[in-house]
Amino acid sequence: MPTERATRRVALFATCLTDTFFPDTARAVVRLLERLGCSVEFPEAQTCCGQMHFNTGYRAKAAPLARNVATVFAGYDAVVVPSGSCAGMVRHVYPDLSVTPPPTYELSEFLVDVLEVEDVGAYFPHRVTYHPTCHSLRMLGVGDKPLRLLRAVKGLDLVELPAADSCCGFGGTFALKNADVSSAMLADKMSCVLDTSADVVTAGDNSCLMHIGGGLSRLRAGVHPVHLAEILASTEEEPWAATR
Amino acid sequence: MGRNPVTWLGSPAFPTAARTALADDQLRRNLNHATGLIRNKRAGAVAELPDWEQLRLSGEAIKDEVLANLDTYLLRFEESVTARGGVVHWAADAAEANEIVLRLAREAGADEVVKIKSMATMEIGLNEALEAGGVKPIETDLAELIVQLGDDRPSHILVPAIHKNRTEIRDIFRTTMPGTEDLTNEPVELAAAARAFLRRKFLSAKVAVSGANFGVASTGSVVIVESEGNGRMCLTLPETLITVMGIEKLVPSWQDLEVFLQLLPRSSTAERMNPYTSIWSGVTPGDGPQNFHLVLVDNGRTDTLASTVGRQALRCIRCSACLNVCPVYERTGGQAYGSVYPGPIGAILTPQLAGDMHDKHAASLPFASSLCGACFEVCPVRIDIPSVLVHLRSEAVAAKPRYSPEAIGMAAMSWVMAGPRRFHVAQRLATAGRLLARGGKIRRLPFPGSKWTDSRDLPAPAKESFSAWWKRTRG
Repeated sequence: MPTERATRRVALFATCLTDTFFPDTARAVVRLLERLGCSVEFPEAQTCCGQMHFNTGYRAKAAPLARNVATVFAGYDAVVVPSGSCAGMVRHVYPDLSVTPPPTYELSEFLVDVLEVEDVGAYFPHRVTYHPTCHSLRMLGVGDKPLRLLRAVKGLDLVELPAADSCCGFGGTFALKNADVSSAMLADKMSCVLDTSADVVTAGDNSCLMHIGGGLSRLRAGVHPVHLAEILASTEEEPWAATR
Repeated sequence: MGRNPVTWLGSPAFPTAARTALADDQLRRNLNHATGLIRNKRAGAVAELPDWEQLRLSGEAIKDEVLANLDTYLLRFEESVTARGGVVHWAADAAEANEIVLRLAREAGADEVVKIKSMATMEIGLNEALEAGGVKPIETDLAELIVQLGDDRPSHILVPAIHKNRTEIRDIFRTTMPGTEDLTNEPVELAAAARAFLRRKFLSAKVAVSGANFGVASTGSVVIVESEGNGRMCLTLPETLITVMGIEKLVPSWQDLEVFLQLLPRSSTAERMNPYTSIWSGVTPGDGPQNFHLVLVDNGRTDTLASTVGRQALRCIRCSACLNVCPVYERTGGQAYGSVYPGPIGAILTPQLAGDMHDKHAASLPFASSLCGACFEVCPVRIDIPSVLVHLRSEAVAAKPRYSPEAIGMAAMSWVMAGPRRFHVAQRLATAGRLLARGGKIRRLPFPGSKWTDSRDLPAPAKESFSAWWKRTRG
C-alpha cells in the first residue's frame, strides 16, 4: 500500500500525443495515482518534450520545448509520464541540451520504485500481451516492472509475446521517412501479437501502440491496443471499456 | 582528392534501396534465418562470461585512450614495425593507398595477389584499383570468394555473402569454377570445391594482401583473427606481405590485446575463441614473408576523430554484432546501405568517412534506424550508436536547404509547442481531423501523411483533449 512518499506533490506530464489523441490514458493515470493516495496535479502550461525534433535532427527546435518542460515542472517531487520514450528524452537527453531535467519517472517506475506497489488493485478480465517498448527497455531500463504490475491484475490472462524485444518499427519520423522498412517491421510485430491470440496488446507508450494498433486496425484484426495505465486503472466497479 | 570509395558510386538514398531489398523474398528469408541464428548464439556466448560488462568498459577505455593519443601511438607503432624489418607507408586517402599497394605488387613482379578478408581494402576499393592496374586480386575468404566470383557486392561485415543461400552459392561455383558441373549444395562439398580452387592460388602467389584486426603499438605486431585458415596461408606462404590498416586499429600493448581477443570472437562469430589468430612482428629471417609492407590509411578518419560525438565510431572492431541485432538490417540486408560498411555501424561510419552530408545517399544513412538501441546494447566497445545517429541527423539537416518543407514544418511545430496558448489552439484545430475519420480511424491521408496511412490507420484526434477535459472538470 502507498507509503508516505505518495502524498508528495506529483505532477502528470501527459505528453502531447496522449493529451491530443489518447485522453483516456491520461485520465487513467490520474485515477490510478489518486486511488493509490497521490495528490496529482496537471500543470496546464505543459506541451511537448521535444523528442521528435531532437531525434529528427532539429536540435535547436527541441531546446525551447525542453526549457518549457523544465520550467513547467520545476518544484515537483515527481513528474509521472505515461511514456518510456518521453521520460527517456527528459532524463537522458535534456542534460545534453543544457536543460536540467525535473525528477521524471515513467509510470511503471513510479509505481514500483517510488510507491513500491505491484498490486494496484486492478481488475481486467482479458487476454493480454505486453510489448516492451524500446526506449523503456533500453534507455530507461524498466526491465520487468510493467510485467510485475500486469501479473498482479485480477482476471488478467497474460500471454508472452514472441520476439517481444524487437522494435515495432515506429521510431518517430522513421515511420514516415523509411515507411517501407517500418511497415515490414510492423508486419512481423503484428504477426507475433496475433500468434498470442490476445484480445489486447498493451505497452507503456501510446506512440508504439498507435503504430501497432494502426496496423492491426488496418487488418481489422480485432485486437485492441490499450495503454498499461488504462489496464491498471480498471477496477471491478469501474472496468475498462473500449473507446478507441 | 577523388570521391571516397567507402560509398558505392550511384547508390540511391536508403529508403529507395530498402524498398527494392524488401521486395526480395528470398533475401529476406536468408537474412531472417542467418541473423536470427547468429543473434541467439552470440547471446549465449556472452552470457557465459560473468565479467562481460567489465570487458566492454575496458574495450571502450582502451580504444578511447588510443584515439585521444593517436599521434603518439602511431609513431610508436611505425618505429616498432621499422625496427623489426617492416616498411611503413602512410596514405591520406583511398587513392594514395591503392597507388602504394599496386606499386608494391608490381615491384614484387606479381600479376596476381591473394587476399585475406579485409574491410580496409574493401573500403578503399583496392580490388578495382589493382585490376585496373593489371594485377588480379584473389579473395581467399570463402564468403568473399563467393561475392567475388558472383560479381556481387558484400552485404555483411563478417559474412559478406550472408544474403546468399547454399543453392545460390552452388550455382555461382558451377558457372565460375572449372570442373564443378556435378557440385551439389551440400556445405561440405561447397567448401571442398573452394579449397581445391584456392590451394593452387596459395602455392603460386608471390604477394599477399591483408587487413589487420589490431596493431600492437609497443612491439609493432599485427594481428589477424580468422576462422578458416586461409589467412594463415596468405600470411606464411608468399614472399611479400602487404598489410593495409586503418590508423585507428591500434592497441597500446599485448595486455590490452587480451581484452579484444575476448570481446571480438564472442561478439562476431559467437565463439569462445576463434580458430586462427595470427600475430607477426616485422620480418623473421627464413620464416614467412621476407618483405613486409604496412600501409597506414587515413581516408576520413582524422576528420571523424575531430567530431566529439562522432569519433566513438572509430572504436569499432568490425564484429558485426550490431548488424545481427538490427531490425532494419535484418529486413533490408547490407547492400541497401550502399557501402562496404552496412547496418548500424555503417550508418554512422560511412557518412563520417565520406565526409559530405550534401550527398543525398550519405545523408540518408543516419535516418536508416528506428533508434531502438539494440545495437548499443550489444556493441563490445560500447559505441552509443543511437546518439551518434541523432548527432549525424543534425548534420544532415544542417546541410539541407534552410527552407525545406520539413524544416518549415518542424519550425512551425516548435513555435506552436513552445507554450500552452498556441498548443491548445492547435489541439482544438486538430479535432477538425475527426471529419476525415470513420469509426474514429483515419484511413487515408494525402502526402506526406500517406506515408503513414499506406499501411496503418491513424486514430482521429480526441473530441476533447485531456488538457481541455482537465480545465473543464478540475481547473
